[in-house]
Amino acid sequence: MLRIPCPWCGTRDEAEFRYHGDATRPRPTAADTLADFSRYTYGRDNPLGWHLEWWLHVGGCRRLLKVERHTLSHEIRWVGTPEASPAPEVQAP
Amino acid sequence: MPPAPRPSAPAIAPERTSSGRYSLWRLLREGLNGQRGWSRAWVKAAPRPRYRVVIVGGGGHGLATAFYLATGHGICDVAVLERGPLGLGNVARNTTIIRSNYFQPANIRFYDFSLRLWERLERSLNFNAMVSQRGTLNLFHTEAQRDLFTRRANLMRLEGVDAAALSRAAVKALVPLVDLDNGRYPVLGGFLQPRGGTVRHDAVAWGYARGASEAGVDIVEHCAVTGIRREGERVVGVETSRGFIAADVVCLAVAGHSSELARMAGLELPIETHVLQAFVTEGVKPVLDVVLTYGAGHFYISQSDKGGLVFGGAIDGYNTYGQRGTLPMVEEVTAAAVTLLPALARVKVLRQWGGVMDMSMDGSPIISQTPLAGLVLNGGWCYGGFKAIPAGGFTTAHLIAHGAPHPVAAHLDLGRFAAGRTVDERGVGPFPYLH
Amino acid sequence: MTGPARIAQGLLTDPARPLAFRFDGSEMRGLAGDTLASALLANGRRLVGRSFKYHRPRGIVTAGCEEPCALVDLIGAAGREPNQLATTLALHEGLVAVSQNRWPSLELDVLAVNDLLGRFLPAGFYYKTFMAPGWAWERLYEPLIRRAAGLGKLAARVTEHAAPAEIVHDHADVLVVGAGSAGLAAAAVLGTAGLRVLLADQDVMPGGGTLLDPRWSGWREEICRRIAALPTVRRLARTTVLGAYGHGVFGTLEALAPQERARFGGLRERLRVVRARRVLLACGAGERLIAFPGNDVPGVMLAGAALGYLRRYGVAAGLKPVFFLNNDEAYETVFALAEARVLAAAVIDPRPSGRAAARAQEAGIEVIAGAVVCRVRGRRGVRGVRVMGANGSTRRLDADCLLMSGGHSPATSLACQLGARLEWHERIAAFTAEPPSPAGRAAGAARGVYGLAAAALDGETAARALAAELGRTAPLLAAGPGLPSDPDATPLVPFWEVRAPGKAFVDLQNDVTADDVRLACREGYEHVEHMKRFTTCAMATDQGRIGGLVAAAVLAHARGAPLAEVGQVKPRPFLEPVPFAALAGGEVRGHYKPKRRVPLHDWHERAGATFVNTGLWLRPLVYSRAAGWEPVLEEARAVRRAAGITDVSTLGKIDVQGPDAARFLDFVYANTFSTLAVGRARYGIMLREDGMLFDDGTTSRLGATHFLVTTTTANSAAVLEHLEFHLQAVCRELDVVLTDVGDQWAQFAVAGPRAREVIASVVEGLDLTNAAFPFMAAAEARIAGISGRLFRISFSGELAYELAVPARTAPVAWQAVLAAGSRYGIRPYGLDALNTLRIEKGHVTTAELNGNTTADDLGFQRMLKKSGDFIGRALGARPGLAATDRLQLVGVRPVDRARRLRNGMHLVAPESPRTSLGYVTSSTPSVELEGWVGLALLAGGRQRIGTRLLGTSPIHGERTELEVVSPHMLDAENTRVRS
Repeated sequence: MLRIPCPWCGTRDEAEFRYHGDATRPRPTAADTLADFSRYTYGRDNPLGWHLEWWLHVGGCRRLLKVERHTLSHEIRWVGTPEASPAPEVQAP
Repeated sequence: MPPAPRPSAPAIAPERTSSGRYSLWRLLREGLNGQRGWSRAWVKAAPRPRYRVVIVGGGGHGLATAFYLATGHGICDVAVLERGPLGLGNVARNTTIIRSNYFQPANIRFYDFSLRLWERLERSLNFNAMVSQRGTLNLFHTEAQRDLFTRRANLMRLEGVDAAALSRAAVKALVPLVDLDNGRYPVLGGFLQPRGGTVRHDAVAWGYARGASEAGVDIVEHCAVTGIRREGERVVGVETSRGFIAADVVCLAVAGHSSELARMAGLELPIETHVLQAFVTEGVKPVLDVVLTYGAGHFYISQSDKGGLVFGGAIDGYNTYGQRGTLPMVEEVTAAAVTLLPALARVKVLRQWGGVMDMSMDGSPIISQTPLAGLVLNGGWCYGGFKAIPAGGFTTAHLIAHGAPHPVAAHLDLGRFAAGRTVDERGVGPFPYLH
Repeated sequence: MTGPARIAQGLLTDPARPLAFRFDGSEMRGLAGDTLASALLANGRRLVGRSFKYHRPRGIVTAGCEEPCALVDLIGAAGREPNQLATTLALHEGLVAVSQNRWPSLELDVLAVNDLLGRFLPAGFYYKTFMAPGWAWERLYEPLIRRAAGLGKLAARVTEHAAPAEIVHDHADVLVVGAGSAGLAAAAVLGTAGLRVLLADQDVMPGGGTLLDPRWSGWREEICRRIAALPTVRRLARTTVLGAYGHGVFGTLEALAPQERARFGGLRERLRVVRARRVLLACGAGERLIAFPGNDVPGVMLAGAALGYLRRYGVAAGLKPVFFLNNDEAYETVFALAEARVLAAAVIDPRPSGRAAARAQEAGIEVIAGAVVCRVRGRRGVRGVRVMGANGSTRRLDADCLLMSGGHSPATSLACQLGARLEWHERIAAFTAEPPSPAGRAAGAARGVYGLAAAALDGETAARALAAELGRTAPLLAAGPGLPSDPDATPLVPFWEVRAPGKAFVDLQNDVTADDVRLACREGYEHVEHMKRFTTCAMATDQGRIGGLVAAAVLAHARGAPLAEVGQVKPRPFLEPVPFAALAGGEVRGHYKPKRRVPLHDWHERAGATFVNTGLWLRPLVYSRAAGWEPVLEEARAVRRAAGITDVSTLGKIDVQGPDAARFLDFVYANTFSTLAVGRARYGIMLREDGMLFDDGTTSRLGATHFLVTTTTANSAAVLEHLEFHLQAVCRELDVVLTDVGDQWAQFAVAGPRAREVIASVVEGLDLTNAAFPFMAAAEARIAGISGRLFRISFSGELAYELAVPARTAPVAWQAVLAAGSRYGIRPYGLDALNTLRIEKGHVTTAELNGNTTADDLGFQRMLKKSGDFIGRALGARPGLAATDRLQLVGVRPVDRARRLRNGMHLVAPESPRTSLGYVTSSTPSVELEGWVGLALLAGGRQRIGTRLLGTSPIHGERTELEVVSPHMLDAENTRVRS
């Protein structure tokens, strides 16, 4: 069971959050191709390892969080706002 | 859509017979001999440097594909590579249910094709996997649900598949433990597929492994694939912990880990890996004859021949490769259990476990060629992998042998996402946690 | 004394409080503090059950939750509860238990014939037979197997409050698992350091192994007194840690003491979800069996269990015991029984010599060194054993019980669940597992440090390390004053199996023998997980705790591989079986899932409404308790002819404000909102990114930068989340604030030709003429004196208004409308009538917005924006979504107006009656048109309007000729809504 340290509310159980997938893929813009939208909508990196992902704190502040989590151990090593990114040296697996 | 071809009874090639025929007479004979005459159910093969077909993944689908390649298409130059011991992934972690009650016509055809193969599995394999057609019963609790199930049952009947609507009284007669009024979402009725049921899951892997091995397939355990070698847009073999193995065709049958394997070939798949949990109780004398599905929460349950009640619920909602259960899901599933079947309140739950599965973006599987020549994918099984093992293996073997999809699996191609021909059973779109 | 085997005063039993109980109909007496098992033993009862497969007679093997054999059915207030462990079941006055899995009686069990046929029924025999004829499995073999299988019999008495249970949530700095010497020392250290500690222990009182050694009572009492004085330490007795779930989360189960149950309304268990920063695993080690022929005969017991029965309950496992031991720790039982004047007939020790053996010999007890037990005499109870010496000579010994010990295995399950790797230690012939940092540490016997004093010191060391990790300095305790010393022990010699004729069990409950393990290996099931699945070893209720490692050792020998490499099966939660009721907690049955009630719920109830579950909501379906369509149609007719009022408060309402609100709505909706004038409403459709319809509803512009979005009831939470996600992830540059106001506003639709007149008398300060307040107008308004909002929108197809007022004022506004409308014949109408009205009009709901329909499928193609980006734009243009044979929305009517429609009926062409062309999504008897009307999704449907098809419902045996019509079956020109 995950315990996610929300920067606004403190550490809370996963039951308060809703997962919203990969946070590393920006939505294509109107200028992009159908293939780009198809990749954005259906393609998944789905790594076994570190994953930067969206969590919406629906049972709390209703803010969107960016969370870096390991998909096997479930360790969470970084949480930030949508604008922020984990430090690059932390990003290396 | 042409009618599904009848599965042909595969003949087992006599030459590599390793364990002999199983029968009551042999069991009795061995009994007088201290059961010493049995030998390995499948040969523990060492890998050769090249094969016509290399199947990655010694689970249900990989072993079934090998079996049907060898016995149905005469392609015996096949290796099944498994990184650990065979049959310990999802084929060993599911809740053993078989059924073909689906909303999309193409899925009804595919899963019923599978059900027909299950119905003759023991005779095909000479291995008793205890296919038990005890019926699957879906309860409904609202009129909207009744309408959906009516639509599905009618479609099944049009497709020549069995389905029946049950009244409240008939539900109670079939499952006396059900509390029809259960305080919150009363049971309004149910839909029964009498041919649905359960199968002894481990035996499926062992039976296909034995059959494939006897037909000449090399089953190579403890052989981890570490890379997929490409020459341009063509796959030519796999790098493994036991060296490079060349192949004309590489088939991935590693549901749960399809993305990781496909990445080795430079492919990205419309798949996320999620954990689905299952539970079993202590054994009790028979109390539940059918496979029962609650309609007001995520909960389904059946009783194994050993007496344990096997049940499960929904996925946890985020991608994970961790094969373990979580507490919130335990509470959700058991609350549904006590609500629907209050008589179970004092029965004790013995174990919980998790299996990681390929959740595809439309909730339906993928049996397909890929953008790379020589690479075939069998994956994306979501919750439906176990019940599909015979059909998945049969149609994947067909795809490898003929280079073209089998008609009952043609809708499961990888191209459907880009083309807008998704097969979305639940109509929830590309959100695996909703399927 | 109660019973012939009660030879001493027990630590837990109260001789002044005898209790009467019944087992298999026999009246017996025990003492308060007894378990059922100790009371049965005290009464000299040895045969207590039959085994799963061979129906062999079985007795009590252990003294705790690892018991594989002494399972009974308990008959009590809740009916018949199967599989209760006699070894942990607290005795109470009037307890009634019966044995399991035997017929007709425990003494004479017909299926014991299986034991004689055992040679034909090896592990996995069922995979090799029962295959022919094909029909026979389900009809013949399987029913027989099912009837024979299973353990206890369930016959619950279900009452309203049959299963009270609760789940509580807790937090701690450190969860200490186990209150033996290591756990107690650790808790004292951590608590003194100011850390919040939860000390969980399975037993009824703390102490663990110290309870079995009188030398330790002083130390135990002192440290417990110290702990009790620490406000930072909370002790949880009778509490099992069921599993580790990562991120410091643990599930624990507390079995309430009988006297506490009454205090908590009959509560029997409490599931406590603990969140801890660290865990200290001081959960000890468990004794193992030895596999030898007859190691399952009643009277064969683990040596440590016999010590437990003596110390805790004053009960002797037998009066003439024989021991079969390979380790010095187990000799404590020899000495303790001897002290109580129960002298061992002999101690059989496969080792050549040892310190404990020498001590035993000094005390005048015969030790047969270098020997093994090769046979047990007796079937329903041990009568003696045959001993084989190192030179092969055999010798017969009489005995009434056989106490065995194959060594001890540290409890590694929790550590493994935390991600630990098993490590083999030859010194103790067992695996240990250290939880990975920073989750916690193991201490004491749980990591192979045997001896109570050594464990106490180890517990202290681990606790000090954890305290340091958590930034605290722990005072030095050196495990406390008066620490007794550990006896000097000779190391054990690994010893697993005696190979001799007969069944030597490695799993007593599932009847798995050492030969079964070898058969599995021979057939290629040589991986420990394959062996487990093929033989069912370690899959019983005790999860192989006393024999699992022995089975692995037999397998290792058969494979010729070191045991360290073979490993043992992966431990999974739960550590002990848990009743459904305890896991489910209180939110079951009538409390299963919250009930959401609209603000006017009580009014609807008083008005005689039948309610319907829609998701969590309870909504009025029809204002009648009568069955059938007539009450529904009466309500619908009132709307078509005069006026009706319905509660639509369950619709989702999202307040959207900010300078970029219009731009945001243009992005999330497929149609345009930036062009909407202030004071106007517009119907909107929202797509998913894959181009499928997601939701619909009206959005009103209340100000230049202020919109109010309504959603369907079913999707209200999902739409809010969808908007919030896209606002924060994709449209971060937009200045918009989203607020869920769904619960703040009650909303009613007033519909019908007289709606304007009804509304006019409750709405103040608003010109309601068609010119001033036309169709799709929206405005702030005073409604019955309340500040609210008025929208001229219609779902029914009639002239209609929706009134929104703050939730708490709902009754005032609702009743004002009803009063104003009474002269026009206004009626409240429910969800069914609303459905009838919207089907006639061809409006869609979730039955049609089923997630697989596109805007074009439902006839909304013209609404899509031609320029600018919006969610679903790109993928909505994929070829598959433009296919001409897609299912499209149409109306259907039976050609024979007397015939009915059914939702879920399929549409087929007469020439190919088995090919579905689509299906009916919604249908109703019509109030405006003759007979039934329905909406359907039909392949290439718009092209088929005007044609005839068959409607078929095979499960009802119905077939009806239908005409395909436009979905807009009523007032297609929209004159009514604009009137």
